[in-house]
Amino acid sequence: MTSEAYAQAFVVAATVLLAIAFVAHVAEWALSRGVDEESDSAAIAAGIGRSVTMLAWLVLLTGVVTRGFAAGRVPWGNMYEFGCAAVVLMLTAYFLLMRRWGRAIDWTGAAVTGIGTVVLGASTLVYVPPGPLVPALHSYWLVIHVFAAMLAGAAFVFGAIASAAYLVKARWPERFPRLPSAERLDEIAFKVNAFAFPIWTFAALIAGPIWAQYAWGRYWGWDPKEVWAFITWVVYAGYLHARATAGWKGRAAAILCLVGFATFLFNFVGVNLFVGGLHSYAK
Amino acid sequence: MSDAPELSRREFARWMWRQLTSMRTALMLLLLLALVAIPGSVLPQASVDARAVEAYRLDHPELAPWLERLGLFHTYTSVWFSAVYLLLMVSLVGCIVPRTITYAKAYAARPPKAPANFSRMPASAVREVDVDDPAAVVARVRAALGRARIDVVERDGVIELSAESGHLREFGNLVFHLAVVGVLVGVAVGSLFGYRGAAVVTEGDDFSNVLTQYDDFASGALFDRDALPPFALHVGAVDARFQLTGPQRGAPRMFSARGTWSAGTSAEREQLFDIRVNHPLKIGRTSVYLIGQGYAPVFKVTDARGDVVFDDAVPFLPSDGTYTSSGVVKVPDARPQGLGFQGFFLPTAISTGKAEAPISAFPAAANPFVGLFVFRGDLGLDAGRPQSVFMLDKGRMKQVQSKDGAPFRVSLSPGQVADLPGGGSIQFVEVRQFARLQISSAPLAWLPLGAMILGVAGLVLSLLIRPRRTWVRVSRTVIEVAALDRVPRSGRDLDDHVQRLLEEM
Repeated sequence: MTSEAYAQAFVVAATVLLAIAFVAHVAEWALSRGVDEESDSAAIAAGIGRSVTMLAWLVLLTGVVTRGFAAGRVPWGNMYEFGCAAVVLMLTAYFLLMRRWGRAIDWTGAAVTGIGTVVLGASTLVYVPPGPLVPALHSYWLVIHVFAAMLAGAAFVFGAIASAAYLVKARWPERFPRLPSAERLDEIAFKVNAFAFPIWTFAALIAGPIWAQYAWGRYWGWDPKEVWAFITWVVYAGYLHARATAGWKGRAAAILCLVGFATFLFNFVGVNLFVGGLHSYAK
Repeated sequence: MSDAPELSRREFARWMWRQLTSMRTALMLLLLLALVAIPGSVLPQASVDARAVEAYRLDHPELAPWLERLGLFHTYTSVWFSAVYLLLMVSLVGCIVPRTITYAKAYAARPPKAPANFSRMPASAVREVDVDDPAAVVARVRAALGRARIDVVERDGVIELSAESGHLREFGNLVFHLAVVGVLVGVAVGSLFGYRGAAVVTEGDDFSNVLTQYDDFASGALFDRDALPPFALHVGAVDARFQLTGPQRGAPRMFSARGTWSAGTSAEREQLFDIRVNHPLKIGRTSVYLIGQGYAPVFKVTDARGDVVFDDAVPFLPSDGTYTSSGVVKVPDARPQGLGFQGFFLPTAISTGKAEAPISAFPAAANPFVGLFVFRGDLGLDAGRPQSVFMLDKGRMKQVQSKDGAPFRVSLSPGQVADLPGGGSIQFVEVRQFARLQISSAPLAWLPLGAMILGVAGLVLSLLIRPRRTWVRVSRTVIEVAALDRVPRSGRDLDDHVQRLLEEM
């Protein structure tokens, strides 16, 4: 087998493993429903989920690194590679956050593995063999700009998960004992978004323009990707302000966080596949 | 009495101002800005791709005039987009200036005095112990509080400590918002005093930086068009390499334009350049970018009298990834009538069948081929109206036909000659390549960049630092601690802080 085939096989294996982890986490929720104290079987399911996720992370990381060697460059030069590398970062963030916050974050397992499976599966749909890049991407800014965007995206995922859970918990405080309190969820969402927002600012409004100046001769040109990066930035800026504004705290802020994440997703999927522009590196 | 309406008007203005500079309005304006930015990503924009706008107009003849009226082809310079961001700027400045003044005044302020009743604070603790040396306890608290601003007051043997930490939060916040203003000022200056133009230069040709040499040119309102910095380029070779094998066959791999340049009008020392994508040539404050390349077949046209009336390279514009290109050749000097050719160029032509026209299989020039239709008549070049070099004005021209009545077609490979009905001939001499160069200057580009970097630094401070007030009261028999977070965070965190201080003592 060639290294390309190995890389592809690793990604497929990681997708399957993540799907299994997702099933385990769903079982965990099903088994612990309505019970205050987590049941033994739920704990076992959660343990399986986490172990398999760890394995998926290892396999996927191997796949992404192999892909990088097969292509002879950083493995995030097109949509497929971006999707795989972003999932590696998201899972890395998941484990780091669990070490830091423990019980306050480990309930995200089902969401994280579910999102990971979908992103990896969707990435396979836009598979391209590894190869050299178009001239515009021959720049070390590819390493910096795209990595920063992926890192911010990986953190935005947790902000969105926590905000969605916040909306659920604020509406039905008694249900879902597995979830942290609404106050804690709001805090988790804020912390990860406060981490991600400066990185996004750097990726979209500093590294991007510097590179655009070199590659295209202007630092800002309202290319569709730039427009949506700007929209994401504005919405998250709105989220940060909303958390400090009477009448916007809580529910409205959480909704803004979800809208912000939706604009990020649209930029990645919609703009790549349906809108086009200078950032058309999907294929 | 006569002052009353005046006053109310002033009050109204003040009320309006307060509304505009409120956080709630700023928030609404932010979200509105995100919303009004969307159309520009969905509809073609004249400033990004004028040809796409033209194509959209042709495809949507009913809708396009309405979109035009709404300014949707110029979203980011439209009245409504400008209105939103200008209001946002006013709101921002109106919010940030008073806050900066407040911050400056409060810069040297001392922490507020300890409250009488500690238990009213969000977190507090009391411990009854025998204290031998209250001053030593306070010294330990001081050390534990680190870099906070601290006041200590002693009255009747009771020592009260007030501490405030986290001033840099507001500082960072102000820096970030001022930086956003700085970015916009920088961008505005850059676009007012800057210029950007593009020119097609064929291998072996020269470009000098004067307005007439540009194919398109746009400059800011305050840019002096006669003040273009003088320099000249000679493009020696344009190099384009493409992927030869594998699934990405034909994908571009490397573009470069090499040659010499000299600054000034006189023959100063020439310097070599090698412009590539991501590696522009810098000449003072001006940068020269390679933004495109393509093929310029060289034609030699002889008219019916046998005179060579045209011998030049003609850039053909590529329209797809295989560089299927289209272009026109204008020969106004041909006698008895002007000649015009319109057609296509294929870098690697392959035929797909007898009746079918050949297509291009690969973007590099492995098997160049041109196919042209021929027109005779008045090219309209003397009419004084500006004309595109890529379009033929066929209003006063007639298509040349072959004997069977079908349009006469010229099909040539390099070196081949075709005789034209009615006399004259056209030769496809050779293929050259052209570089599409963008020449631009945006003064003060460091300002938005520097402001943005500063802004992110401020942003990180404002998100990371959380101001907190702490009070400690120590007497011979009791220690009291209370704390207040000025930015809400989890209550547990504050309790931990109070407990930790008690431990320290």
